[in-house]
Amino acid sequence: MRYLPLTTDDRAAMLATIGASSIDELFVDVPAAARLDGPIAGLPMQASELAVERHMAALSRGNRAAGEGPFFLGAGAYRHHVPASVDHLIQRGEFLTAYTPYQPEIAQGTLQMLFEFQSQVARLLGTDVANASMYDGSTACWEAIVMARRVTKRAKALLSTGLHPHYRSVARTMAKYTGDVLVDGDPVLEAGTDWAALAASIDKETSCVVVQYPDILGRIDDMTTLAEACQAAGALLIAVVTEPVALGLIKSPGEMGADIVVGEGQSLGVGLQFGGPYVGLFACKTKYVRQMPGRLCGETVDANGKRGFVLTLSTREQHIRREKATSNICTNSGLCALAFSIHMTLLGEAGLRQLAAINHGRAKAAAAELAKIPGVSVLNDSFFNEFTLLLPTAARPVVHKLAEKDILGGVSLGRLYPDNAGLANGLVVAVTETVTKPDIAAFAAALKEVLA
Amino acid sequence: MTALNRAGWRPEMNVAGGADDNVTFTGNRALMLEEPLIFEIGGTGTTGVDFDEAAPAADLGSLARTAPIGLPGLSEAETVRHYTRLSRQNYAIDLGLFPLGSCTMKHNPRLNEKVARMPGFADVHPLQPQETVQGAYAVIHELAEWLVTLTGMHSVAMSPKAGAHGELCGILCIKAALEARGEDRRVILVPESAHGTNPATAAFAGFTVEDIPATDEGRVNLEALKARLGPDVAGVMITNPNTCGLFERDMKAISDAVHAAGGYVYCDGANFNAIVGRVRPGDLGVDAMHINLHKTFSTPHGGGGPGSGPVVLSEALAPFAPLPFVTKRGQAFRLIEEESAGEDHPETFGRMTAFHGQMGMFTRALAYILSHGADGLKQVAEDAVLNANYVLRSLTDVLDAPFAASGPCMHEALFSDKGLAEGFSTLDIAKGLIDEGYHPMTVYFPLVVHGAMLVEPTETESKAVLDQFIGALRSIALRAKNGDPALKTAPHFAPRARLDETLAARKPVLAWED
Repeated sequence: MRYLPLTTDDRAAMLATIGASSIDELFVDVPAAARLDGPIAGLPMQASELAVERHMAALSRGNRAAGEGPFFLGAGAYRHHVPASVDHLIQRGEFLTAYTPYQPEIAQGTLQMLFEFQSQVARLLGTDVANASMYDGSTACWEAIVMARRVTKRAKALLSTGLHPHYRSVARTMAKYTGDVLVDGDPVLEAGTDWAALAASIDKETSCVVVQYPDILGRIDDMTTLAEACQAAGALLIAVVTEPVALGLIKSPGEMGADIVVGEGQSLGVGLQFGGPYVGLFACKTKYVRQMPGRLCGETVDANGKRGFVLTLSTREQHIRREKATSNICTNSGLCALAFSIHMTLLGEAGLRQLAAINHGRAKAAAAELAKIPGVSVLNDSFFNEFTLLLPTAARPVVHKLAEKDILGGVSLGRLYPDNAGLANGLVVAVTETVTKPDIAAFAAALKEVLA
Repeated sequence: MTALNRAGWRPEMNVAGGADDNVTFTGNRALMLEEPLIFEIGGTGTTGVDFDEAAPAADLGSLARTAPIGLPGLSEAETVRHYTRLSRQNYAIDLGLFPLGSCTMKHNPRLNEKVARMPGFADVHPLQPQETVQGAYAVIHELAEWLVTLTGMHSVAMSPKAGAHGELCGILCIKAALEARGEDRRVILVPESAHGTNPATAAFAGFTVEDIPATDEGRVNLEALKARLGPDVAGVMITNPNTCGLFERDMKAISDAVHAAGGYVYCDGANFNAIVGRVRPGDLGVDAMHINLHKTFSTPHGGGGPGSGPVVLSEALAPFAPLPFVTKRGQAFRLIEEESAGEDHPETFGRMTAFHGQMGMFTRALAYILSHGADGLKQVAEDAVLNANYVLRSLTDVLDAPFAASGPCMHEALFSDKGLAEGFSTLDIAKGLIDEGYHPMTVYFPLVVHGAMLVEPTETESKAVLDQFIGALRSIALRAKNGDPALKTAPHFAPRARLDETLAARKPVLAWED
């Protein structure tokens, strides 16, 4: 087997050193009933690189890759162009095949990168500090809800109906077991958000209000008043950002007073990958840092006075605090954080602003084009690169018919909210810089045909 | 650059470097290159990305982001250099032995990277119509079948994002199963030697955590465990092979006792590499076990993730598995989500994450598994265990191995700090190993052994590499026993000397300030 360097002679010599007569003797503590004599039956034997590559390539051809044609899906995962140098750099073996920087003297590469990542994320989201990443946006979101409970010692979380249904679903799963009380619901097909109503329903039991920005229907709104209402009532405002590129164009949640800002960082550097691995962003005000989950990298000096970086405030974490830890998270999403950070460094502020503006412009052009189709209208008053189309018929079958024409034309609200007939005609359409004008024209033509 | 090396040599000093030949103007030492932060070298007007069009005007009114964000950019040339220089300050498996116990730092085959980047896997959206992603579902299904067969379990939940997330999945299955039975059991028993994630997970799910006592030989004390079982005990979380590097000989008896008392058995599968292809946890009575694809199945650790933690489940817990998951009907694969769960999977405890789990890790793990096959995986376990025993038995004359008499170790060898000179510790040995060109072993874990050193060589190391490592560790152990003062200030040859962690925690600087 090509990955295993020991030779038969090596094995014999090593057994002699150990004082064992056979490999089986090393497994003597396994009860006889559970010891397997040969390879597990019914499974294939080892295969060459060529054979495995051939098999996997065949499986991959069973999928319609986004880049093969017009593509308009978003709803929590966005297709952006990732510069070639990002993937090259994350494949440097020193990044790819290292682990958590437990020994900082020989992990300054990872640690400095994490410090830079934390700084970039904090600035992008408009907060004081950010951690070294979570699994993804959805798990970061429920960790934020749990953190708000620790900070406020209250357990009622108000979720905006504009929160991604998967994020809401994850929070509901956890709440069943943690004792959090969630107030939530499906969105209503209105141009505006439910934030004013949320502000009005905050009470003395409310730990936090969770809003998504832009929300699941692509709507954007000012959260300043909501933040003030939270603050006045002693609750925290949690903002969820699933499309961080938006923050190159629209105000950050931190600027508008959000206490905790979490997000899905996949848009930058990571790619679609059928949903994972992604990278959870987690940021907050400095005063809450000791209640944060996950790893934190901090600056310090070494014994010679040179600047260096270490993992810090680890008394929050499971390997020190065990059952009293702020979270059970251990491995996070380091390599995806690196990809995010490299992409952000390549863009810089100027590049991010331009990218965001191009996305917005392209989306506006697409919305205008699609709204010309008889019976089709755009729900949103305002949006970044994603908006909701209202079709004259249920959107879900339309998506399949579009796919037959090789157009991946958005995510139907019927897929996201199968039990809510009131949402069935909604189609969430994302338009990034990867979409061309001919793509938009092809989509509009196909949609017109399908609806005719 | 001056900020990096205020004490560097300057022309006005006349004498090159003063008394120390190591001092340079830049702070660099040939191939050991210092690198500033992007905030020190980049500018907010600089970008390494060209666009085909100018930024169109936007009319977002008061929502427009007008204030400076403060994100520095670099040209592509500078970016490549920045991160390449940073990478060279890292140790990695690609550079040498990385015997971090419990983390299974084995070779990461590059075929797996190539496969994961095939457009049909890398460039596919999780919410595409099901008919356009049959190949992705096929990967999940094929990997799931391998995991179920290799573990001898009933089914597998694929969506957990990492080991600890998998633990949570297993524990929530247990909680849901107890609720379905109408029982309110509050206690989870966990050995003191467990990974910190075990008690943290149980507590997160609302359980009370109690210790399981160990025997002198480093295994679970079956009699003490039996005595503690009762109607308040929801289950146990046991790592097998355990963190002392030993196989839990009584695992089946433990499972039987827990089941007889109405509880469930969670097995922490972090150490599955020791037994993959040789022992099926399903034969030991396990109800749930997470599998770290980034350990046993070699998806890259990436400087701290991403991981992936599928959880294999017994028939008793399978009905409660999380959404979504993939099923096969005829030739077509189908995703079971919230809407279809009602008919197909009504007792699910719900969703743990957006989308379907770590697809990018599934493709890599499947390529790894197919490369090995059933015979190769068995060899993996055997060579991993052989390598660990070789390290253990080659060093017992210089290092205390507290459980050397407890039988062969599995895939990791455990030593303690007993016998080191006054004032010398496990930390000094770890830092000495850095100077010898190795990543240190896991230190101060498990907590049950004083100054623990947990060495996991993995199966992808040759005998020659192990011989040199054994020689290096032997020499450092002797230096620590003889009280060599130079060891107290190691590492001397790393990019940084020992870092002040107390300062970092006392005055946290967690983000760049202009």
